[in-house]
Amino acid sequence: MTVSVEPTSVDVRETEPAEALRPHAEDAFAGELAALAAQDDRPRPARWKLSPWAVAMYLLGGTLPDGTVITPKYVGPRRIVEVAVTTLATDRALLLLGVPGTAKTWVSEHLAAAVSGDSTLLVQGTAGTPEEAIRYGWNYAQLLANGPSRDALVPSPVMRAMAEGMTARVEELTRIPADVQDTLITILSEKTLPIPELGQEVQAVRGFNLIATANDRDRGVNDLSSALRRRFNTVVLPLPESIQAEVDIVSRRVDQLGRSLDLPAAPDGIDEIRRVVTVFRELRDGVTSDGRTKLKSPSGTLSTAEAISVVTNGLALAAHFGDGVLRSGDVAAGILGAVVRDPAADRVIWQEYLEAVVRERDGWKDFYRACREVSA
Amino acid sequence: MSEVEQAGNGGPGAGPLLLGVRHHGPGSARAVRAALGAARPRVVLIEGPPEADELIPLAADEDMRPPVALLAHAVDEPGRSAFWPLAEFSPEWVAIRWALDHGVPARFIDLPATHTLAWGRDEDGAGEGEEREPEGEGEDDRGADVRVDPLGVLAEAAGYDDPERWWEDVVEHRGARAGDPFAPFVVLEEAMGALRETYGTGGQDRDLVREAYMRLHVRAAQREVGDAVAVVCGAWHVPALRRKSTVAGDRALLKGLPRVKADMTWVPWTYRRLARASGYGAGIDSPGWYGHLFGAPDRPVERWLTKVAGLLRDEDRLVSSAHVIEAVRLAETLAAMRGRPLPGLTETTDAVRAVMCEGSDVPLALVHDRLVVGDVLGEVPPTAPAVPLQRDLDRIQRRLRLKPEALERELELDLRKETDAGRSRLLHRLRLLVVGWGEPVASRGSTGTFRETWRLRWEPELSVRVAEAGVWGTTVLGAAIAKAEADAVAAQGLADVTALAERCLLAELPDALPTVMQILADRAALDADVGQLAQALPALVRSLRYGDVRGTDTAALAEVAEGLAERVFVGLPPACAALDAEAAEEMRRHVDAVHGAVGLLGDVSGAGRRGADRSGEASGAERRVAGSAGDVSRAERGAAGSAGDVSRAERGAAGSAGDVAELERRVAGLAGDAPGLAPGAASVPGGAPAPGDAPEPSLTSTADAVPALDPVLASDAIPAPDAVTVTGTSPTPPHSPLRARWRTVLRVLSVRDTVPGVIRGRAVRLLLDDGELMQDEAARLMGLVLSPGTPPGDAAAWIEGFVGGGSGGGMLLVHDERLLGLVDAWLTGVPADAFTDVLPLLRRTFSAYEPGVRRTLGELVRRGQGERESAGAGGSGIPGFADELDVARADAVLPVVRLLLGLDGARRDTDTDNNLVGVGG
Repeated sequence: MTVSVEPTSVDVRETEPAEALRPHAEDAFAGELAALAAQDDRPRPARWKLSPWAVAMYLLGGTLPDGTVITPKYVGPRRIVEVAVTTLATDRALLLLGVPGTAKTWVSEHLAAAVSGDSTLLVQGTAGTPEEAIRYGWNYAQLLANGPSRDALVPSPVMRAMAEGMTARVEELTRIPADVQDTLITILSEKTLPIPELGQEVQAVRGFNLIATANDRDRGVNDLSSALRRRFNTVVLPLPESIQAEVDIVSRRVDQLGRSLDLPAAPDGIDEIRRVVTVFRELRDGVTSDGRTKLKSPSGTLSTAEAISVVTNGLALAAHFGDGVLRSGDVAAGILGAVVRDPAADRVIWQEYLEAVVRERDGWKDFYRACREVSA
Repeated sequence: MSEVEQAGNGGPGAGPLLLGVRHHGPGSARAVRAALGAARPRVVLIEGPPEADELIPLAADEDMRPPVALLAHAVDEPGRSAFWPLAEFSPEWVAIRWALDHGVPARFIDLPATHTLAWGRDEDGAGEGEEREPEGEGEDDRGADVRVDPLGVLAEAAGYDDPERWWEDVVEHRGARAGDPFAPFVVLEEAMGALRETYGTGGQDRDLVREAYMRLHVRAAQREVGDAVAVVCGAWHVPALRRKSTVAGDRALLKGLPRVKADMTWVPWTYRRLARASGYGAGIDSPGWYGHLFGAPDRPVERWLTKVAGLLRDEDRLVSSAHVIEAVRLAETLAAMRGRPLPGLTETTDAVRAVMCEGSDVPLALVHDRLVVGDVLGEVPPTAPAVPLQRDLDRIQRRLRLKPEALERELELDLRKETDAGRSRLLHRLRLLVVGWGEPVASRGSTGTFRETWRLRWEPELSVRVAEAGVWGTTVLGAAIAKAEADAVAAQGLADVTALAERCLLAELPDALPTVMQILADRAALDADVGQLAQALPALVRSLRYGDVRGTDTAALAEVAEGLAERVFVGLPPACAALDAEAAEEMRRHVDAVHGAVGLLGDVSGAGRRGADRSGEASGAERRVAGSAGDVSRAERGAAGSAGDVSRAERGAAGSAGDVAELERRVAGLAGDAPGLAPGAASVPGGAPAPGDAPEPSLTSTADAVPALDPVLASDAIPAPDAVTVTGTSPTPPHSPLRARWRTVLRVLSVRDTVPGVIRGRAVRLLLDDGELMQDEAARLMGLVLSPGTPPGDAAAWIEGFVGGGSGGGMLLVHDERLLGLVDAWLTGVPADAFTDVLPLLRRTFSAYEPGVRRTLGELVRRGQGERESAGAGGSGIPGFADELDVARADAVLPVVRLLLGLDGARRDTDTDNNLVGVGG
């Protein structure tokens, strides 16, 4: 492997896609997108790079008539992708809901890349996101020098998308303060963005649409007003359907994370991973995996992302303080922390689960003991 | 296919008009209506059992509302039955109505039910199994097993993953176009012809027989009226009916079919039962949606989504017209993207989810339940023949010699007799079915569990109730089981489900128990209120014991009860924190109840196994006997000393059972050697019917009488070292792990400061009684609570919990002077202003003691400080007793020992008794 020693420009825009730590979807899958566009003979909505059918194909994967293989970008129910693409085609805004780790951002990026060929018109929602991030800001040097003019205006990604008929993305919509969120109402219903300072407005051209993602089980979010909610079609991205799928996701991701953290590879941790995933799934679904016993669900989200973090922590414990093998004791504390978010209610739920389910289960003795130790 | 085309173009030309349909397909139904209207046949033949021909006119009755079902049942065996459900959108129903409206004869031409029911008998399937059988034909029962799935093949060829959707797209959604009402049938027949050429009968040989029968009847009709014959049957059968075959060949196929005497009637049906999800459904997922498609004059999607919006609005969800507009747009675009001609149920559901339900499946479930499935209930005119349930009831009434009479009368049942037991079962089952023929009333005189008194009165309206209950099943037993299961699903609270479990045991419906138990377990798992769980536990344990007595298999019940107990254990300590006085008092009762239940549960899980063995050898007549008092006592005896725990708990719960405690002590004193006397003592209540007069089931009273065995009590009562050996010789009760865990919980409760005093005191007391806590330790805990740092009110509450009520706490104070000393010291130390506050509590605590105990306590207190202190400071001996043997009192026991060992004459007996009373009192 050769490493380039040539100094590269610090300007983000000039970074070669191949050298970026994480290239944009439209760059990473440029070949697939081009092949799809070349063979797509179905009607395309205005300014769409592909027909809705081809967009769905891009996300779900398949083989084109000429033999080009499209890799699946999203593994999950076909229905979800179809509804999402159709929503964009009917110029309704799309809201992707789900707990962390259900690939909301991933899906939104690929949708934007496939529909508009550009996934960079992005507003990252935080508690401090200002109105300017969604509408427009001012270049104050210009403003002071020349007075208000279009030149002094700094357009937001949303404004640019409106003007150019592209797909804009808003990440973590529910983290944005409620008053800022409501700026979107005019944009989504009137499809215009007034600029009162100039007495002008930006009208969205055909092809403009917006994809927002939000986390529906997180604490401390700003709920969407019903006025805004009504502007969106909502698609909930589900957690992995089967335990096998989830174990695969967790172990693959843990493997990647472990390597980037330089943790020694744990031999044979798959049993513990399976156990962690089983516990998470059972508590989350409120029913044991054999479907015979109902359980109370704790207040935490218990997402796949948290399972990944529990296992990664366990690996670190095992590597640095244990014998290098992932054992029950290494994950028990992490699980307890993930499950018991509310010390009063969740602790009872957890203990009920331990006593009613874990204790009786074959081959789980060591896990039960480890959990009892940390829960006591 | 030339003849087909002729038939299609020129109406009745060559051969009969064969209308192949999809059962319950609204599109097929419309097409059939259009085709019949165009062809105007002179006779309509329909796939269905010919025994129902005379019932056809009832379909025009104005009281008849679909969905209804034709029900065939074997006359001498009502449990053997088959259903042919018909909804208003079923092509068969449309054909019947068309024929009736136009005065054209309609006939059923499928193989008679007399044969199909007999087929069911040949297979080993019993009960419900064969009820599906007539439905299980070609197109509906696909994919069930190895059979070839004809429509799946067609759909796959067309690139659909779901055959159901393919059918909808190709046939249902096309409807009958104005141009040619016969076109869909022609196309379909061609496709089916091709399929059947490849696949033959699709692995269902019985189809050949049925089709031969159908052909014979089509031919007979043709002889009557020429070719003006219309046949409505499953599309799968059309090629076979078209095929030329000889009459002789067909007759040969029909030879030697088994037969059984069958009877037919109409019964009301529901959309829910049409849906695949429930029992013997008709194989359609979405009767509500089909009904809508059939009923909507135009724009079905718009109308459907408006309906959905209306439903969601009624449920207080914010759904505007704008939502409906967007949903319609999304559904249509989705359909276009998926390449379907019209949005189907899948597209509309996706649109409703994304637009109206904000992506949530919760309101969607409501839409599915209320609209997609729908809760339409059919009606049948009263002139329809009686349902088999009524026949079954008649038979049972005859067998049990229990005539329905309008005159009210009381019926005493002795459950030890087989007939009476049967009557009781019947009445209990009917009560479950809301057929209120008999009401249980309190028995006069005897109170044993083997007696039941019923007030019977047959009102005419009960016949209607029986007819209504017909939807639950064809036999009283089957219907009661189905009803119990449905009730369990619908039950609101945990207590309702436990009550239902008890009723299931009374009515002897072991088959319903698994469902009820599953729901009980689910409810318990989700119920966060420990109080409710604790309330449900005793009832459950009671039914468990009762079921055990009746020889029911109660393994599932025990499992659920144990699970419930586990949940109580986990939830109880946190639930006991931060309670006010009233809540604490209630929680104390819960603790008592759970303690009793856990004790019983430990016994039952052990005794249950033995009981199961016994029930095998017990004769039928004896099985239900009366609480099988003998059995119980034997079981008690088997459980040895542990029975004592139970009785004590019972006593605690029962309230003022102080005299029982007293009696117990006397008996214990008398007994001396507990194991030796035990069998005799236990056999007395066992042999005599209804020993106690307690209002509780006699089980309790039996248990009350047994405590003589309790080794712990015996050691309390006999102030001699011998007592220790007595305890030692009696087998130690095997403590179940459940009880061990319960004790851990009690320990946690007893030392946790946030737990109210009354509960802490109670926990310490229960542990002490169980021998789990040494008296030293109890005294230490008591000392802690009664030390000056504790607010007097809290300490008083602790005392109430520890020795209060009818728990026999007085005796404890009498015998453990150290404890009494602690109480006394504390009481004298309570400041004057606080004294008035604690007085009511103390009064409540001590006033419940019986006079003898109160007097003794008073005497002890008066005797003075010094003596008590010496007793308390003794330390090394048994707590509460002096170091030295009190020779005078020890001597007093000797006569009894002699008596028991047969060493002495009977004359000494009375003296001993008196002496002992002196000691005990």
